[in-house]
Amino acid sequence: MNTAKYDKTPKEQILYASMLFYGCWGGLALMAITYLIYVFGVMDPHVSMETVTEVWSKPVHEYLTVGSVPVGWGWSTLLNKGDFLNFLGIALLAGMTLVCYIPLVIAYLKKKDPLFAAIAVAEILVLAFAASGIVGGGAH
Amino acid sequence: MRAKPMRTTILVAAACLLAAGLVWAGADAGMAVEGAAAVNAMTGAQSDMAWWMWPIILLGFCFILGIIAVLAGVGGGVLFVPLVSGFFPFHLDFVRGAGLLVALAGALAAGPGLLRRNLASLRLALPVALIASACAIVGAFMGLALPTNVVQLCLGGTIMFIAILLLTSKNVVRPHVEKQDAIGLALGMNGVYTEPSTGEVISWKTHRTLPGLLLFIVIGIMAGMFGLGAGWANVPVLNILMGAPLKVAVGTSKFLLSITDTSAAWVYLNQGCVIPLMAIPSIIGLMLGSFVGVRLLAVAKPKFIRYMVIGVLLFSGGRALMKGLGM
Repeated sequence: MNTAKYDKTPKEQILYASMLFYGCWGGLALMAITYLIYVFGVMDPHVSMETVTEVWSKPVHEYLTVGSVPVGWGWSTLLNKGDFLNFLGIALLAGMTLVCYIPLVIAYLKKKDPLFAAIAVAEILVLAFAASGIVGGGAH
Repeated sequence: MRAKPMRTTILVAAACLLAAGLVWAGADAGMAVEGAAAVNAMTGAQSDMAWWMWPIILLGFCFILGIIAVLAGVGGGVLFVPLVSGFFPFHLDFVRGAGLLVALAGALAAGPGLLRRNLASLRLALPVALIASACAIVGAFMGLALPTNVVQLCLGGTIMFIAILLLTSKNVVRPHVEKQDAIGLALGMNGVYTEPSTGEVISWKTHRTLPGLLLFIVIGIMAGMFGLGAGWANVPVLNILMGAPLKVAVGTSKFLLSITDTSAAWVYLNQGCVIPLMAIPSIIGLMLGSFVGVRLLAVAKPKFIRYMVIGVLLFSGGRALMKGLGM
C-alpha cells in the first residue's frame, strides 16, 4: 500500500533508513535501561555521584583526574560499573552512522557508481578515525 | 524595487538587536549572576541538594526546551548549549559533549522517516557530509584545545549571529535553478519528492555546488567546536545558495546532522567529555519534548515563539560573550 509513495526513493536509501530506525531506537532504549540501572544503584558507579556533582563544573581534565576516568575506549573495560554501562547505548547511537554506511558501499558498487562508493568508503574512514581515539590529548 | 529598503530595515533592526542583546546581557550581568545563583541554589550546584535532583531538573528543563525548539523551528542543540552553559553550573566541556549527543539523537530519530519520504537525499547529503564530518573532527579538537574563555567568546558571537540569521534569512520554498552546474551534475545532486499537501511530484537539482561545499568546511568546524548541531547553517546553504527546495534542504540538513555530529561526538566521548548523569536526561528530555512540540504545532503560535527564541538566543549569546570577556 505504502510502497507507491516510496517508488522514487533509491533502494540503498530505504536500506539505510531501515538500519538507522532499528539502531537508533535500540540505542535509545538501551540508554534508558542502563540509566535506570545506574541511578537506582543496581550497579555501583566508578565515579560516585557526589564526586560527579563536585567536578562537573570544572574542566574535563579535573574530572578525569579526580574520578580516575579513562579516555578513548577505556570505558569499555569498566562496563561492570553503573556509570560506564551507559556508554553502551551512547556508543550504539554514535556508531550507527558508520554501520549504515557499509551496505551503501556495496549498493553503489552494484549500481556501478564508483564515485559514491568512494565517498562512502571515505566517510567510513573519517568516522572510524574519529571513533578510534587515535588522536587526542587536546582537552584542556 | 521595495526589496532593498526592506532588507536594509531588517539589517538595521538586526544590528540594533545585536547591540541590545549585548547591552542587555552586559548591563544586566548582576541580574544574570543572580539568576544563575538562583538556579544554582534551586538545583543544588553549591547547595546540599541531593544528586538525584539533577536528572529530574534536567529532564524537565530539556523537555520544555524540546517543545520550544520544535515550535520555533530550531534544533535542540542550538538552544541547549547556550542556555545550559549559561545558567547551569556545568563546565562548557560537558555541555558541548551533551549538546552534540542531543543533536545527534534527534537527527538519528528523524533520519529514517526523512530518507523514506525522499525529503532527505543521500545524493545531496553524502558529499556534503564527508566534508562537514571531517571538519567537525578538526573543530572538536580546536574547541577542546582552546582556552575556555576563547571558546565562550566565539560561542557568544556565533549564537548572536544565529539569532540574526533566524531573523533575517528568507528561505525559498522552491528556488529556481535554471541550469545545474558541472559539479552538481557529476555528483548527481538531483531528485524528486512528492508534496503531500498537493500530491505534486517535484523534481529538483542544485547549482553553485562548489561554494556550497566550501561553506560546509566552516559549518563542520563550528559544529564540532561548539557542539551546537548545525541545522541553522545547513538549511540556508542548501536552500538559498545551492537551490534545493526548502523541504529537501530541511530534511537533508536534519539527516546531515546525524553524520556531522557523529564524528564530533566521538571526539568528545573519547576525551571524557560525556557525563552520563547529565547527558542522558538531557537527551531523553529533549526528545520527549520534541514529540510533544510536534503535536502542539497545530495549536501554538510559532511566530511569537520564534521571536521569543531569537530574544533568548540574543540574551544567552550576550551572556556567553560577557563570560568569555571575564565580565
